[in-house]
Amino acid sequence: MNNNNLYNYILGIADNTLILGQRLGELCGHGPALETDIALTNIALDLFGQTRNYFQYAALLVGDGKAEDDVAYMRTERNYFNVLLVEQPNTHFGYVMGRQFLFDVYHLLLLEGLQNSSDITLAAIADKGIKEVTYHKRFSGDWMKRLGDGTAESRQKMQEAIDDLWRYTDELFQLTKADKAMIYEGIGVDVSNFKEAYYQEVSEILNEATITVPENKYFTSGGKKGIHTEHMGYILADLQYMQRTYPNMKW
Amino acid sequence: MTVELQPNIDISLVPILESVSDPEIPVLSVLDMGVIREAIQEGGVVKIKLTPTYSGCPAMDVIGDDLKKAFSEKGKTAIVELVLAPAWTTDWMSEAGTIKLEAYGIAAPLDAIADKEALLGNKKLVKCTNCGSTNTHVVSQFGSTACKALFKCDDCQEPFDYFKCLK
Repeated sequence: MNNNNLYNYILGIADNTLILGQRLGELCGHGPALETDIALTNIALDLFGQTRNYFQYAALLVGDGKAEDDVAYMRTERNYFNVLLVEQPNTHFGYVMGRQFLFDVYHLLLLEGLQNSSDITLAAIADKGIKEVTYHKRFSGDWMKRLGDGTAESRQKMQEAIDDLWRYTDELFQLTKADKAMIYEGIGVDVSNFKEAYYQEVSEILNEATITVPENKYFTSGGKKGIHTEHMGYILADLQYMQRTYPNMKW
Repeated sequence: MTVELQPNIDISLVPILESVSDPEIPVLSVLDMGVIREAIQEGGVVKIKLTPTYSGCPAMDVIGDDLKKAFSEKGKTAIVELVLAPAWTTDWMSEAGTIKLEAYGIAAPLDAIADKEALLGNKKLVKCTNCGSTNTHVVSQFGSTACKALFKCDDCQEPFDYFKCLK
């Protein structure tokens, strides 16, 4: 493969949508109410759709008859480059919404940048995804306010969730080797540029939700380099089960 | 059918294209949906460019297969290519399509501004497909498929789907 950096850059984006989609998919039939259950799986579907578009492109780069399923299923944990935030478990609905909200704000900023990529395939995927992610952010932002500015219990749970998830937000803006190479070529987005805009937007909505913006400056990272939290192995066990058990099976 | 939104469709292929419908909204043909961006005949092969409504729309694979089948039944070979840009918008749905959609029980998309007001619950704008009242409210921003939201009429009490505006 002649463009390893582009391949890794695509995975750095698509593994986030894959793993978050998988997490949301776990809630299918387990949402707190029918409407939220459907909403979460709808969002998962959008994320998987985007993931497929990225992986189809990545498989083309690999060539050698590889297809999207090879990219999605046939890697080991160290070769998934999603951020730690998206692999965090579905502790409770407030936690799920907090994780979603912290990702959605980032995701939209990323796609707005990627829309201007010199790579026409990535630009097209971003252009399509923006419409969907705008909707996701509206949904998770609404829930932040509803739970944060809700009952004493919902507020406490929302605050604890944000306090806990906050440490994973800094990683969103760290640049990998592939990121730097692709930024240099005009293909990639320099996510470190919108870090300030991100925290400002997140803080505004948290304030509106009467949630205290965490002052914690201890951040943890590793996912972008393939070093994951203990949750990742369990996700992959689920995700890869069919391909590991029946190699090369197709729907 | 609004032909101006389908600049690259060979008119002789329209009858076959019209026979293929969206598996999730069977009253709408793929032309009504505006998902066919190009359909041309080159030699003995029909080349079709199909665009998804949403990135993860599961109907797309089925539509691709249905198109190939419909053409092969007429002795033609079709090649279906999925294109993402320009991204699909609800503006590409045909006028006949929106009328069929309403008759089927799904409220047609409003314009972008009205859509946002309706979905945020700020204004009552979506018309009930059962009784026609606009005294309706959003039950869920996400409905039975990615492209729809769930509404309920406060006059006749009927729940119904609303096809969200996508621009």
